Amino acid sequence: MAKIVVITSGKGGVGKTTSSAAISMGLALRGHKTVVIDFDIGLRNLDIIMNCERRVVFDFVNVIQQEASLNQALIKDKRCDNLYILPASQTRDKDALTKEGVKKVLDDLAEQFDYIVCDSPAGIEQGAQMALYYADEAIVVTNPEVSSVRDSDRILGILQSKSYRAETNQPPVREHLLITRYDPERVARGDMLDVPDIEEILAIPLLGIIPESQAVLNASNKGMPVVLDEKSDAGQAYLDTVARFLGEEKPHRFLEAQRKGFLKRVFGG
Amino acid sequence: MSIFDLFRDNSKEPRSAQVAKERLKVIVAHERHQRNAPDYLPALQRDIMDVIRKYVDIGPEQLQVDVNEEGNYSILEVNVNLPK
Repeated sequence: MAKIVVITSGKGGVGKTTSSAAISMGLALRGHKTVVIDFDIGLRNLDIIMNCERRVVFDFVNVIQQEASLNQALIKDKRCDNLYILPASQTRDKDALTKEGVKKVLDDLAEQFDYIVCDSPAGIEQGAQMALYYADEAIVVTNPEVSSVRDSDRILGILQSKSYRAETNQPPVREHLLITRYDPERVARGDMLDVPDIEEILAIPLLGIIPESQAVLNASNKGMPVVLDEKSDAGQAYLDTVARFLGEEKPHRFLEAQRKGFLKRVFGG
Repeated sequence: MSIFDLFRDNSKEPRSAQVAKERLKVIVAHERHQRNAPDYLPALQRDIMDVIRKYVDIGPEQLQVDVNEEGNYSILEVNVNLPK
């Protein structure tokens, strides 16, 4: 049975696409046949993060409207045989996504794949609702910042009331908290919400913590999911996150402030 | 923390992360409550507000309308803070 996983957040710019790219590549590297779908119709970006922007011929909306077959639209990742990308349409508006159309595509994908990762657009409108509607699992991406935490709670409310599982009285969507852009130094100074604060407010199980890291921008500059930068803190944190998602026990890392040199400690910086 | 922070940080003000946490707890609890409330509640609240305002001038923060589940029935709770 294929698992449908939505990467969502409500708020924009918190790292949904970065996380979708990293987690889907992580699942594929672990041997699971994975497809990642960009639900951000009109603002396609997963393709550029995955370095396949010049290979897009057909897209998600073409498939829904039966202008192309699924296999024509799927782009095979050049770095990992288990990973495919279904890009969003850049031209149509987001009302092109209908429950029936999305269901048909997901059902077809479920025959070929173990994991279907849905990269949600920001907001709580049609596109975001379609991305989460058929989800079995939800990874809620949250920054340690008031507006992001508040929006995450709002998205949790929608998962609990407006998803297919909620509407048909099935077991609820399994929720996971993924904290991104975590800066242990600012937390240590009391200038940033810490992990227990966010867990307490959102009250969902913690899946992973991704530290604020140079590696994330470097990876997106190159179109490389950050998990492929195995030496980086963010890459390792995402690989740990994927391992936990697959049921392994892994301690959380990168939570301590880096020790500073003497001069830095005295003069700041 | 550097020596410059020592001069800056001697106030009794709580750190901003603590302020953020308190504010979030309040707003998230409030919004969760609203989410579970019946759809007609905001309209009902406006109507009650209009009726009271015919007689006494109150602001939105002086009227609280809640629906609370109690087993197999619900209680409509209306709290009005009248100015002296």
